[in-house]
Amino acid sequence: MPDQLIFAMEVILNGLLNGVMYSLVALGFVLIFKASGIFNYAQGVMALFAAMTLVGIQQGRVPFGHLINAIFGTDIHYFGWEVPALAAILMTVLIMIAFAYLVQRFVFKHLVGQEPIILFMATIGLAYFLEGVSDLMWGSEIRNLDVGLPQGINDWIDVTTFEALGYGFFIDNLDIAAAIIAAILVMSLIAYSQYTKNGRAMRAVADDHQAALSVGISLNYVWILVWSLAGMVALVAGVMWGSKSGVQFSLSLIALKALPVLMLGGFTSIPGAIVGGLIIGVGEALFEFAIGPMIGGATENWFAYVLALVFLVFRPQGLFGEKIIERV
Amino acid sequence: MLDQSTGGYTTADGRKIGDVVMEMRGITLRFGGVEAIKDISFDVREGEIRAIIGPNGAGKSSMLNVISGFYHPQEGEVLYKGSKRPPMKPYQVARQGIARTFQNIALFEGMSVLDNVMTGRLNHMKTGFFAQGLWWGKAEAEETKNRAKAEEIIDFLEIQAIRKTPVGRLPYGLKKRVELARALAAEPQILLLDEPMAGMNVEEKEDMSRFILDVNDEFGTTIVLIEHDMGVVMDLSDRVVVMDYGKKIGDGTPDEVRNNQEVIDAYLGVSHD
Repeated sequence: MPDQLIFAMEVILNGLLNGVMYSLVALGFVLIFKASGIFNYAQGVMALFAAMTLVGIQQGRVPFGHLINAIFGTDIHYFGWEVPALAAILMTVLIMIAFAYLVQRFVFKHLVGQEPIILFMATIGLAYFLEGVSDLMWGSEIRNLDVGLPQGINDWIDVTTFEALGYGFFIDNLDIAAAIIAAILVMSLIAYSQYTKNGRAMRAVADDHQAALSVGISLNYVWILVWSLAGMVALVAGVMWGSKSGVQFSLSLIALKALPVLMLGGFTSIPGAIVGGLIIGVGEALFEFAIGPMIGGATENWFAYVLALVFLVFRPQGLFGEKIIERV
Repeated sequence: MLDQSTGGYTTADGRKIGDVVMEMRGITLRFGGVEAIKDISFDVREGEIRAIIGPNGAGKSSMLNVISGFYHPQEGEVLYKGSKRPPMKPYQVARQGIARTFQNIALFEGMSVLDNVMTGRLNHMKTGFFAQGLWWGKAEAEETKNRAKAEEIIDFLEIQAIRKTPVGRLPYGLKKRVELARALAAEPQILLLDEPMAGMNVEEKEDMSRFILDVNDEFGTTIVLIEHDMGVVMDLSDRVVVMDYGKKIGDGTPDEVRNNQEVIDAYLGVSHD
């Protein structure tokens, strides 16, 4: 097999696994958009906040440590214990649920029936507010996140491909773990929204508020549910990205990469978020591999957006989005 | 025919009508300075078809929205099953067994007909969400039971052929019927129908009338309906409330109402001095 082809295969594989990471972020957007028609600008910051909280709890940091020290003149930073990963994850989930409740109670409950653009503006405000809260609560240093996920090169793939092709593929264990976790997440989300009572209620609320009320669905309850789910998806995305590149504030910017993914996959489709992420992942990796060197590289920064733009022209609802039918 | 002392009465076609199940007492509803409903009282008896009629803007839909909890009246009270009902949210009213349809159809357009009907069963689902998601044990039995009920109602309303069709693609007349199916799926004690025949042709109106009568007959559901078409209302209902400019101007059997001078005036616009 020619070398170029083998390299291309490795690039595609890594692109696919990278795409999974994009999909994880995009999923959170899709969830909230499907259920409430809100484009949640804060999704990226929620991932950051979740990851920060997880690290903070794991390392036994005192929340708002800097603030407390500044006010009381104390010098405390750690409780002096370490929380096991699983317990810390559970506590973070609880915090994300509490966050969902607060968001609904103090922000979106008062904006029921408002224009989508107003709700969107509210999520922008929420994003900056939450970014500030994470900073105050846990500080702004880059943190290492380790919840026991496998890291580093996968030896088995390396050896097998070396024996078969004479060239060992470099595949990160963490990327494989991310792919498996994403698959489990998507399957459980689909099972949840298709087969459970709450899932049905969620879809009903997304479709028509009045009708949902008339069959006995509480909008408030469903919205808290949706924000909690989005918080948990944000946690998963935050853990994966955090394990890969450390928990830092630039994490909130990965949300931007989810935009082209959503344009490709459609804002309302869970499978769409996955497929969109994979296409972007592979597309930008291949483009960088094949064309990048000719035009000076670093094409990953813009390729996804151009691809999404081209897509918008031909299929504005995305690959899996609901078809826009206009009845006159 | 009416026998208030024993609590019930028997209709001309021999159906037994029971006790008062819901009573409106002195309901007044204002929007800012406009009084949409002025001090209206009436009752609804178990098993009857009760109509609210009146010209455009008479406050009929507002009345229905008061019953279903979408509006809260400034004065007066709603008595349900003998006790005073506190101000409630629409979803709480729905959980008490009062289902409704809407004048401008409120369906889940993106879902299939079957899924729409199944949402009507939401309050009959009790198992935990893990069991439901995994289709496990009791959840499976429960889903099968709810599904059977939904299918029964789909059969009843003769919409088997469109079970899997997304509602958004259906013509108007069928959408109205799907909405009725969803309301029925909740097995309500009281069914509120907001202009079930609006915008239909003669044939569709006849079909809908037949379904309403069948529902009442078969399931014994108490029905409160709003309608424009006087002919339809008079044939369909046991007792009629007539509203005009937010006030009640008549209440009684179709025959009594038909001969009420005030009602004739409201509908024909005759000045009467």
